[in-house]
Amino acid sequence: MKTSQKSIAIAAGTILFLLYLSAIFAPWVAPYSYLSQNRGFPDEPPTSVHFTIHKNGTTEFVRPYIYNYVLSDIHSETYRELKDKRYPIEFLTHGKLFYVQGAPIHVLGTDALGRDYFSRLVYGGRISLFIGLIGVGISFGIGIIVGTLSGYIGGIMDTAIMRLTEVIMSLPTFYLLLTLAVVIPAGVSSATTFMLIIVILSFIGWAGFARVIRGMVLSLKERDFVNASRAYGDSTWGIIRKQLVPNLLSYTIVSITLSIPGYIISESALSMLGLGIREPDVSWGNMLSEATNVEALTTRPWMLSSGICIIVTILCLNIIGDYLRATIDPHIH
Amino acid sequence: MLFKFIIKRLLMMIPVMIGITFISFVIISLAPGNILTSLKMNPYISQKTIAMMEQAYGLNKPLLERYGLWLWQVLHLNLGNSIYYHAPVLSLILSRAMNTLILSVSAILVSWIIALPLGIISGIKEQSLFDRTAGVVNYVGISVPSFFLAFILLLIAAKTGILPTGGTTSPLYGLLSPVDKIYDRIIHLIMPVIALAVPQVASYTRLIRANIIEVKRSEFVTAAKARGVKNSRVIYVHLLKNAINPFITLAGYDFAGLLGGAALVETILNLQGLGTLLLKAVMSMDVFLIMGDILIGAGMLLLGNLIADIALIYVDPRIKSQT
Repeated sequence: MKTSQKSIAIAAGTILFLLYLSAIFAPWVAPYSYLSQNRGFPDEPPTSVHFTIHKNGTTEFVRPYIYNYVLSDIHSETYRELKDKRYPIEFLTHGKLFYVQGAPIHVLGTDALGRDYFSRLVYGGRISLFIGLIGVGISFGIGIIVGTLSGYIGGIMDTAIMRLTEVIMSLPTFYLLLTLAVVIPAGVSSATTFMLIIVILSFIGWAGFARVIRGMVLSLKERDFVNASRAYGDSTWGIIRKQLVPNLLSYTIVSITLSIPGYIISESALSMLGLGIREPDVSWGNMLSEATNVEALTTRPWMLSSGICIIVTILCLNIIGDYLRATIDPHIH
Repeated sequence: MLFKFIIKRLLMMIPVMIGITFISFVIISLAPGNILTSLKMNPYISQKTIAMMEQAYGLNKPLLERYGLWLWQVLHLNLGNSIYYHAPVLSLILSRAMNTLILSVSAILVSWIIALPLGIISGIKEQSLFDRTAGVVNYVGISVPSFFLAFILLLIAAKTGILPTGGTTSPLYGLLSPVDKIYDRIIHLIMPVIALAVPQVASYTRLIRANIIEVKRSEFVTAAKARGVKNSRVIYVHLLKNAINPFITLAGYDFAGLLGGAALVETILNLQGLGTLLLKAVMSMDVFLIMGDILIGAGMLLLGNLIADIALIYVDPRIKSQT
């Protein structure tokens, strides 16, 4: 059981690592830019990749190839393969992971503006994956500083901080999220929007962490090793830095891993509703906003692929978080 | 004793509510523009009308005064008028709150009914084939956001036609007989309830299982077994009662999370609820409507927590002695 759990966690870690890697090296992984439109080819279905050719009744395996597509009916947006010429897929050439000379390749089809869905998915991961990571990092930074100070120093500051966290936590998260999203002005640069969303998510997220860390500090500060450090004449800041924070580390690591999914979901929810990352910028969330149209959803179900990416990421993070918790914390089996 | 506890908790809610509404008010006033911004662009509306509206809604006053005025209104049970809908905020919210409440409560009930037996069986028969299968399924369950499930259900409904594709009621709802009306409502509830319940079922099952396992190893269970108490009695009387307790509080607290989830599912499945109302309010910068929505949302959350705490006092005598 133990070894299989470990191998599953390693597999999850590998998938996650590859996802982050593909987001970082998006220009190399994605065959096209997330902005490049091909208005002549809207809502194209995924390009089918062929591996075999049929000759005189026998089947022969060849290098994967595709056909060029042509829009056969503009009203129903039906596409047809042009079987007269085969275009082989080349790997690791032209500065791309895969490349086809002479024909467009859309492994996940195109959207209404003829933009390559797969390329947008890869670029979208940049925002969705890193918003979670940075958002959790900032919330945790604030939570750990505020929580330790509140728990260790106590007094009026503790009371004031705890009341503030109660207020923040008494708002349904999503309502708070929507209200905060109105602060993002329309027409600011994508980098600003990205930063503002992180600020919003951290503003909501720090309260919960601060409360848990305060509780842990309250029990830690009565322990002998902290008393000893105090008896040696260490300063408050020294005790916090050398005694308290290292003891909070295992909780922190597990909690960070298990908190990222919430941030990813919040970002996608905001962007899906049109209040987060806005067109033409791309995130996994705003790619889903097109799917709220039932007709579009049923004719092109592959537009849910960004949702699949979100689920895979969350699943991997949960697996890793649970594994870390089981390893670090011996009380939980 | 209990009465005093409830009164104390209700009184403590007042400063929290004031804090919540004040923070929200400040946030909204930080946002660029207000509801009149779009009206100002309209050449058919004169400057005079704009000025009159500004005066009427108190938009030109300083922040603190505006908040004070709003609070004064609320104390008189008047949440103001929605500029977007041209209707009193209170009646708008009341008409929607029922839908959201029905949705959230049904989702909680459904998740309880499914998760309880699953978690109990998994916990008692730890490491069995059932437990392992349920474990894997639950793992996927907690990782699928309910808004994505809503999309999947919408896709299935549209492809097969077995369920209506969103909406609170059918277009011809008004013409139906009372029995058909109830049937129509239930049919429209199935998809959002499934979307909200699946992640809940998964997380509840995991928690109940963990609790059962923990209680199973505790000393009083060993003692009961040593006394020769029948195995089934140990499970149903000693084990279950102690394992379910933490779960009751959880259900109350989760009500809050569900409100958020419900808002998203409402938007995707086009339901008339508080979530969609808030989204409309936020999009049009309708301040009173946003504030009213937040007030009701936070109130429902705080009440949910209170009910959970009261329920816990009833089931866990250890807590009663502390209050």
